[in-house]
Amino acid sequence: MISVEHITKKFKKLYALDDVSASFHKGQVVSLIGPNGSGKTTLIKSILGIVQPDGGTIRFSGQAISNQYQYRDQIGYMPQIGRYPDNMTIGQVIDMIKNIRNNAGARLDEELLESYNMQALLGKNMRSLSGGTRQKVSAVLAFLFDPDVLILDEPTAGLDPLATEILKDKIMAEKEKGKLILITSHILSDLDELTTDVMYLQDGRLRLYQPIEELKELTGESRLGRAIAAVMKSGYTQLQPTPGAIIKNMEVHYA
Amino acid sequence: MLKLSRYVLHDIVRSKVILAYTLFLLTISVTLFQMEDNPSKALMSLLNIVLIVVPLVSMVFATIHYYNSYEFIELMLSQPVSRTRILMSEYLGTAASLSASFLVGVGVPVLLFNLDEVGLALITTGTALTFIFTSLAFYASVLARDKARGIGVALMLWFYFALIYDGLVLTILFAFSDYPLEQLTLALSSLNPVDLGRIFLMLKMDVSALMGYTGATYKDFFGSSFGALYSLGILLLWATIPLWLAVRSFNKKDL
Repeated sequence: MISVEHITKKFKKLYALDDVSASFHKGQVVSLIGPNGSGKTTLIKSILGIVQPDGGTIRFSGQAISNQYQYRDQIGYMPQIGRYPDNMTIGQVIDMIKNIRNNAGARLDEELLESYNMQALLGKNMRSLSGGTRQKVSAVLAFLFDPDVLILDEPTAGLDPLATEILKDKIMAEKEKGKLILITSHILSDLDELTTDVMYLQDGRLRLYQPIEELKELTGESRLGRAIAAVMKSGYTQLQPTPGAIIKNMEVHYA
Repeated sequence: MLKLSRYVLHDIVRSKVILAYTLFLLTISVTLFQMEDNPSKALMSLLNIVLIVVPLVSMVFATIHYYNSYEFIELMLSQPVSRTRILMSEYLGTAASLSASFLVGVGVPVLLFNLDEVGLALITTGTALTFIFTSLAFYASVLARDKARGIGVALMLWFYFALIYDGLVLTILFAFSDYPLEQLTLALSSLNPVDLGRIFLMLKMDVSALMGYTGATYKDFFGSSFGALYSLGILLLWATIPLWLAVRSFNKKDL
């Protein structure tokens, strides 16, 4: 559905993305993991066309996305820090986006709007919102148009536990529908139940991109957090499907 | 396009700066027409104020508005909307509201007190300058990432066009006063929209008789219908070229 081919992006002298290639398909829930500044958000923003890569191509359903915008109709994006016009109310922002997306007659997915009890807040000014409430607005907007692809950048950061659970249930439900979901998060326990594939970036390089089952099996760990830790200790390399080796390696490190 | 511009307009109208600008222009125009017995003298004073105030307010307002709508722009970028459309909507919204202010603040009093060719020329020039300086301000803001630098560049451009340029032209004319410079001064005036506007208007007034030999050349050229078309054409170029450059670099920009 989305393929990234040899994407490179430099900010001044720093490589934010260094020759990253990968492809994402329907039904996958890909967790983008990596330290701060490893290029996760840059990758996401490149897919959205907000950041323009210096080299490489990104394709959406086979079409190169450079200078295109129509494909974003099929993407729901939840930014890391949702920034909205200060002097608009929540209701106005939602109406504006509805108006601009302009898919009149299409079914809107207002489930989150209801479960977050957002109707009561529609008259509130964006300026006066807390970080968590902003995050809820971002989530509502991302899911509102029932898009085929969901791109969630740190979706649970700043949300209270109840709201986090609601969001996770919602992501789970969308996963069941066979959508492609890309998530970045530092809270690996949040990702554990959702993820089908793990992508690990460091210093702008793609270090690992594997199905989670394979990863867990190879590291001999049953939790995503520990599996990732194991990978980091083994030198961030893509694990080859020869079990014994890495586990031996691990034992040395643990000893 | 219009759909987005509507939100931009809505945002601008609510900030009330536009209202203050309208009232300011209205007060000046009405006062001048009331004070002077001879409406064409009042028009002369009004011309001088318009040539200073309109570019300054257009530039500063457009720059500040651009940076203040950064959130809006960011939000739109993740939606299926093309970048050209986003920037053009911002531009049209800003330029349209500034022009509306000018038309109410200066246009209406001129129509009431001095409805003739000169009056209409003043209204045309003021509106053209609004579009031109909004477009220059947009180019400066798209290029400069932070607000302080953007406003700084906008102010420098205003100083250049309103004050420094005249000084440079005078220096050139003075240094080469032994040579025939009529053609050169004609060309030089096209390089500054404020000067062009001033000459265009002055020649419609009686004061052009005081401008000596150069004045006669000007009168010959700008007084003809070709000259009028020429100056309107140049003013149009001054509005479209910076805007085109702004759109071009906005399309390539990381946001």
